[in-house]
Amino acid sequence: MATLTTPLPAAEPAPLPSAGRSRSYWTMVARALRRDRLALASAALLLLIVGGALLAPWLAPADPYKASMIRRLLPIGSPGHWLGTDELGRDMLTRLLYGGRLSLLVGVLPVLAAFGIGTTVGLIAGYVGGRVNMVIMRTLDVFYAFPSVLLAVAVAGALGPGLANSLIALTLVFVPQVVRVAESVTTQVRHLDYIDAARLSGDSALNIIRVHVLGNVLGPVFVYATGLVSVSMILASGLSFLGLGVKPPEPEWGLMLNTLRPALYGQPWLAALPGLMIFVTSMAFNLLTDGVRSAMDLKR
Amino acid sequence: MNAADDRGGPAQPLLTVRGLTRHFPVRNAHPFDRRRSVVRAVDGVSFDVAKGETLGIVGESGCGKSTTARLIARLIEPDAGELVFDGEAVGRFGGLALKSFRRQLQMVFQDSSASLNPRLTVREAIAYGPQVHGLSRTAAQDRADALLERVGLAPALFAQRYPHELSGGQRQRVNIARALAFEPRLLILDESVAALDKSVQAQVLNLLQSLKAERGLTYLFISHDLNVVHYLADRVLVMYLGQVVESGPVEQLFQAPRHPYTRALLSAVPATDPAHRTTASPLQGDPPNPIDPPSGCRFRDRCPQAQPLCAERAPLMRVGRPGHFAACHVDPVADAQADEGPAPLWAAASGAAA
Repeated sequence: MATLTTPLPAAEPAPLPSAGRSRSYWTMVARALRRDRLALASAALLLLIVGGALLAPWLAPADPYKASMIRRLLPIGSPGHWLGTDELGRDMLTRLLYGGRLSLLVGVLPVLAAFGIGTTVGLIAGYVGGRVNMVIMRTLDVFYAFPSVLLAVAVAGALGPGLANSLIALTLVFVPQVVRVAESVTTQVRHLDYIDAARLSGDSALNIIRVHVLGNVLGPVFVYATGLVSVSMILASGLSFLGLGVKPPEPEWGLMLNTLRPALYGQPWLAALPGLMIFVTSMAFNLLTDGVRSAMDLKR
Repeated sequence: MNAADDRGGPAQPLLTVRGLTRHFPVRNAHPFDRRRSVVRAVDGVSFDVAKGETLGIVGESGCGKSTTARLIARLIEPDAGELVFDGEAVGRFGGLALKSFRRQLQMVFQDSSASLNPRLTVREAIAYGPQVHGLSRTAAQDRADALLERVGLAPALFAQRYPHELSGGQRQRVNIARALAFEPRLLILDESVAALDKSVQAQVLNLLQSLKAERGLTYLFISHDLNVVHYLADRVLVMYLGQVVESGPVEQLFQAPRHPYTRALLSAVPATDPAHRTTASPLQGDPPNPIDPPSGCRFRDRCPQAQPLCAERAPLMRVGRPGHFAACHVDPVADAQADEGPAPLWAAASGAAA
């Protein structure tokens, strides 16, 4: 072996086009995302749906509540009603645009709340470990034992009907699932050497979680949570169907799907329209988050 | 830079470890088996680390080397045992607080990629530690750049990179810089070069040697590679099944090993001379289960020289030539010098296991 005084040969730089250029993590993610066409298309589609929902009063051709007994169940492409009319003769296009408002709300809000609560609880359970972990996880296993539809119905039924209560019920359904993912990712990260190195720095547990754990846990949990948006929309429609969520005549995709059910034999395409909206929206969500996930993964 | 922290003078050991013990409870395979088993991962380990020396710890996989390191760094809480850092009891009331102990002691781990946060750039990772200890962000980043330069990575090229953009050797240099950013006095190198290929390993070892001379560091070097330990260490500690079986100056221990286990370890090093090549395995069998170690001497069931006494009593650490200790009943050196040599310092080291 060489003597101690031998000057150290400079380590060879890895072949990297952007070597030395200053770039933050998020600019790298944005750059990767811009190359992902599928994610971009999904984002555009979502933007369209959200925009349509927000601007419904200006975009919609008719009044979403105005029924007409003689114009019931007009087929797609009817003059004056491009997407037909529903079982009470209300303009479908109008109701689909307006329906996006509530559907996106019940889709996103419970998931967002569950993401916040679940990540916090999961981080604590995963980082502290031991008894705390056991108490938290076993308690949540009780919720896990029920099918999510049943749990949502039970909680919404106990709280009473109404939009706010169904949002709470859905949040409660998703929290255990998010906690479980957050806990397992945190447990994995927590046993890596860089957490030990951070503990050796003498920093407080809170700072270690904030700087070293959170950033490496948030990504996978976020991706999982966004996958729940579509589930949430469908569960919410189920609650509406049972009279526990959104009440008619309020336009909401899940509720529309249910009320149009009898028309499935006469006007199948018309009856499928709200379902198509749910499908397209949730798929766009999933594809977008998939793109975000792979963009966030530095080791591609 | 370390002179400011020094209190006991050069004669006082930098780190004194006494009776360090950690038993891990294990769940039994059978759910109705209520007997409690423990893995005696580290069982009454005692040693000193002198200021400015490199103490090598060797032993086969699972002998408790890494657990010892983590116990010293208090990443795992010990069940029993004392740590004294430069004359101050660690973590005791009135002694050295854990936070300032940890600033003076840093670790470099084996897995260079797992020991760097993938979300932090190299500069951020190195500057993190000093900031915890009150250095301003810009000052910490300046220190990070200087250290990068020192470990042979040009800051202009590497400071903004993420760990996955570096090679294993480069990452380990970053880890060394990250540890040095605390301006520690004791650096624990836990298999730090084991995962690197030989040429990179040599570079990193040379870097470690020059850093040590330049900064007055003390190393605790844990490795299973005897050649590397021979090259780097001043003194060597041989561990077997959670206990220290032999310790002594590196040349003496390598030339005249006294414990049969040490002899077996040394004969397992591949010879570079074809004439001395052996195909026979120096040791039979696997190390015994640390849940239920053999009575008396833990090495006896694999020892070619085992005698009835070995099963009855655990051997005590006995001194041979100055500074050379071994825990073996059949070791003749200690018998010859038992009367004239200094009293065994570490009588408690392996006696507690009986």
